[in-house]
Amino acid sequence: MEKKKLFEFKTRTIVATGLGAALFTVMFMYLKVPTGIPETEIQTAYGVGGFFAALFGPIAGFLIQFIGHALSDSVQYGSVWWSWVVASGISGCIVGLTYRRLKVDQGIFGANDIIYFNVMQLIANAIAWIVIAPVLDIVIYSEPANLVFTQGLVAAISNAVSTGVIGTILLALYSRTRSQKGSLTKEEE
Amino acid sequence: MKTKLFDYIERDNVIFRLSGLTKLICFICMTFSVMFSYDIRYILFVTVLSCIFFWMSKLKFRQIRLMLIYVAIFLALNFVLTYLFSPAYGTEIYGTTHELFRFSNRYTVTEEQLLYQITKIMKYASMVPMGMLFLLTTNPSEFAASLNRAGVSYKATYALSLTLRYFPDIIREYNDIALAQQSRGLDFSKKEKFGQRVKNVVAVMVPLILSTLERIDLISNAMDLRSFGKHKKRTWYVAEPLKRNDFIAIAIGLLVLLGSLAMTFFVNGGSRFWNPFIK
Repeated sequence: MEKKKLFEFKTRTIVATGLGAALFTVMFMYLKVPTGIPETEIQTAYGVGGFFAALFGPIAGFLIQFIGHALSDSVQYGSVWWSWVVASGISGCIVGLTYRRLKVDQGIFGANDIIYFNVMQLIANAIAWIVIAPVLDIVIYSEPANLVFTQGLVAAISNAVSTGVIGTILLALYSRTRSQKGSLTKEEE
Repeated sequence: MKTKLFDYIERDNVIFRLSGLTKLICFICMTFSVMFSYDIRYILFVTVLSCIFFWMSKLKFRQIRLMLIYVAIFLALNFVLTYLFSPAYGTEIYGTTHELFRFSNRYTVTEEQLLYQITKIMKYASMVPMGMLFLLTTNPSEFAASLNRAGVSYKATYALSLTLRYFPDIIREYNDIALAQQSRGLDFSKKEKFGQRVKNVVAVMVPLILSTLERIDLISNAMDLRSFGKHKKRTWYVAEPLKRNDFIAIAIGLLVLLGSLAMTFFVNGGSRFWNPFIK
């Protein structure tokens, strides 16, 4: 089995990036779960973003969430809120770092992998939404600090829930559809 | 359904004939100029300019009506939230207080706050015509080709052109799956309990993702079989050289950006804010 390179960009990664970003955009626009709190919805798209990032690596993760978020912003609002788009991309990139250790495409996704994936996604969401998004908001748009940090905190929690719950479920489901390495045994003569 | 949000209908006029690269450069220049400046006079100037360009493209108003509604809701929410969280932020920025009236001790309405919030809304709204123009008048494949010519790696631009190509397909597939699941009794509305609702959403997502993964295999195999990525360069069927109008448009874009910087450094003395309160 060849070793996975973290920053490889082969044909499969390119196609996965393209289609992943399209899927992310569609889900970002349509598949939201209302939480009951007005205007706070859990974006299921981040679950899919995390799933693709774990399967295809950091470059794909970054581009999927960056292109996907920018595209859905421009389709829905006609304008792009750059600070949050960049934060989206960075969170995808950090989740994508799990690509090297996970062996989901070989049908392996055990308890340790689940913990590893979730720790990484928590770190990714915390960095992206509590640090990067609000700081860029202040630098680019001069938004009031307490507003953007509150928004960032809410986004971090809801996106972490989305990536954690949906991403984990998807990875587990997908790993079960893959046949495990060594699942075939040689028939005894 | 809402697939209509994103349709490129070819027309023949000045704006449509510009290269995708030109439109991207102009879009970025104008976005950065209003992102950087907090001077409402300059922002209004850019707004008028982007409205003129929009008018020149002869796009129909109904093509953008739905987007405008989304934008209005978003801006209204941002306006209210900003005020609730920081009713005195304007004073903090401009350094003076001209009170108009007050709701309570914390929630006073000052001229500074109004100027700050209106400027912020205009900053966002001014770019909406340009964004929609860019989105609705750019041929997706031509755009990827011209990005590549601007120096972006063709592998990345190919990913982008795949995104634009498969976006409508995935919307169609999403609609098919969602309708099929709803006809089997799955409810996505607020009538269902939260936990069940998440499960129902997952029930649409899983087939959508699995079919996408299958499609990824199919497409990447087809591309590999045709030796995609073997060489360092590739040519594009739709690529066109920049013409005279492209250079004029790029020049206008750059002038707008320089104007924004000039306003900041020469007119407003290095501050991003225009301060009418200190004479």
